[in-house]
Amino acid sequence: MSETLLDVRNLKKYFKTSRGLLHAVDDISFSLDHNKTLGLVGESGCGKTTTGRAVLRLIEPTSGEILFEGKDICKLSKNDMRKQRKDMQIIFQDPFSSLDPKKTINQIISEPISENKIIRDKRKREDRVLELMETVGLAERLINTYPHELDGGRRQRIGIARALAMEPKLIVCDEPVSALDVSIQAQILNLLKELQEKMGLTYIFITHDLSVVNHFSDEIMIMYLGQIVEKAPTEELFTNPIHPYTKALLSAIPVPSLLEKRQRISLKGEITSPINLPNECRFAPRCYECVDHCRIGIPPLLEVNPGHFVACFEHV
Amino acid sequence: MTNQEANDLILDIKNLKVRYETQDGIVRAVNGIDLTLRKKRTLGLVGETGAGKTTTALAIMRLVPDPPGIVECDKLEISGQDILSLPENKLEHVRGNDISMIFQDPMTALNPVFTVGDQIAESLEIHEHLSSKDAKERAGDMLELVGIPRERANEYPHQFSGGMKQRVVIAIALACNPQLLLADEPTTALDVTIQAQVLELMNELKEKYDTSMIMITHDLGCVAEVCDEVAVMYAGRIVEEGTLEDVFNRTLHPYTEGLFNSLPNIKDRKAKLKPIKGLMPDPTNLPVGCSFAPRCNYVSDACLKAQPQLRSISQTHRVACTAYDNPEFHIERRIL
Repeated sequence: MSETLLDVRNLKKYFKTSRGLLHAVDDISFSLDHNKTLGLVGESGCGKTTTGRAVLRLIEPTSGEILFEGKDICKLSKNDMRKQRKDMQIIFQDPFSSLDPKKTINQIISEPISENKIIRDKRKREDRVLELMETVGLAERLINTYPHELDGGRRQRIGIARALAMEPKLIVCDEPVSALDVSIQAQILNLLKELQEKMGLTYIFITHDLSVVNHFSDEIMIMYLGQIVEKAPTEELFTNPIHPYTKALLSAIPVPSLLEKRQRISLKGEITSPINLPNECRFAPRCYECVDHCRIGIPPLLEVNPGHFVACFEHV
Repeated sequence: MTNQEANDLILDIKNLKVRYETQDGIVRAVNGIDLTLRKKRTLGLVGETGAGKTTTALAIMRLVPDPPGIVECDKLEISGQDILSLPENKLEHVRGNDISMIFQDPMTALNPVFTVGDQIAESLEIHEHLSSKDAKERAGDMLELVGIPRERANEYPHQFSGGMKQRVVIAIALACNPQLLLADEPTTALDVTIQAQVLELMNELKEKYDTSMIMITHDLGCVAEVCDEVAVMYAGRIVEEGTLEDVFNRTLHPYTEGLFNSLPNIKDRKAKLKPIKGLMPDPTNLPVGCSFAPRCNYVSDACLKAQPQLRSISQTHRVACTAYDNPEFHIERRIL
């Protein structure tokens, strides 16, 4: 199946602050096919987490359309949205703060099942919890333990089991492995990949780690200050990056090998404030290829190669 | 060791052991490690959470909280000076002056109610006995050195971003020109482009001031950028040590191999990750034999019986693995 599952159009999310409007997500559009993974990459404050949450309406978008299987979920009532969320789940970054410390694993995983009245019988619900625990590789004996008794990798498995309980179609993974050690990180990435193949899941994979996203995604979207600067199939993005920001990001990855000495592009300065932005390319203040006409407006996202979109005046 | 080398020795540790005595049992955090570091060299201390990296650094600074921490050590010298026997008031002269530490989280390492200029000037007033005016002046110089305009000395930490705060922390650590700098995951909390800036800065400053450094990290990519030597820790022991080339290109220990295999390969995105199976052993109940044996792909009966000792494979390269009793043994890793 390669039909469109999710179609986001002109999504915006502004926050009101005492100093003005904060443009967290500023007019982004993208679509995602069934059983694919979209990697959402960028630095802190680029709006990737806000995008992930706005797509699930965990944060109410300021404007825009979110078509899930052709249906605009922004127009759904609170009740209908609740039903819709069975198909759309999220895995959070920090397995230490995203689990209720007062609940056992059994209670945590069964909560969405009982809350949505999917299985009413308590015994059967427990069977389902055990089944889910097996799916994510948690030993049966842990069913009555509390989160604080477990290490980060196991906690993240609980978070995954909880997301799977509803048999969702789409899962937003918000930095699911950033808080974990490398050896555990690899275990969780492999698990997510297996689950995707087995259950036909679609992922939005939010991360700042380009080597992880390279391994994991079919398509990558690079964000900077609330906007998409480049979007391309993974292979294409890594072999033929066009936007100066993408190039700098790629060159900044520390590579654990001595055989390759790369030319590093170092960026000056840091991400600028997302409040009261001037009408110019958002990356211009840090850009090493910036010319006068970069300051005349916001560059549109244009297709340069099939499936490869770039927003840059200088390179398109 | 020649005389020259002995003079160059900045750090010399023999048989360092740290345990924490808690209600739930004795946590054996560091279990007998030897470390030496020469002038101008940078050692990468690599391992996962709970390997004992940070405890080792704290023990060098004599900052392990007691109770519950108990430090035992045959020798702990910095530039020939015995740190173990120093009384607390003398230690104050050493910390911040001879040894400095950069902590992982720049958000919490700075005092929110003092300006960054005051925080840099503080150690200069204490250790170099500068007047507050001179110290302020030097603090401004230090800020410029780490790439922050000196006018910002009068601002408070919350007015700086994460990368800027880490630069301030580095400025404080280097203010008194220490011989040894302990950097505990200095870039983990930072974004990649900012991480690249900070690593570059640390390399420059190290060069300029002839500082020796121990860089604690779990990121093998950062190690490749900054370090000359590497020591891989597992469950409180060093399992492999050598030059950067030794450990990266002539890897010996199965755990080191496992760490490399767990990393996504940027060149071959289809390759399946090969994680290390299982989890770190419980530090209150370490196995009798090799601590890594339960997770090791090459495990044999001999591994379960006795703790392997570090053995020299070449002049610079040492490994603690029983499998090397067999001269034919080699691990699978090939350099990509």
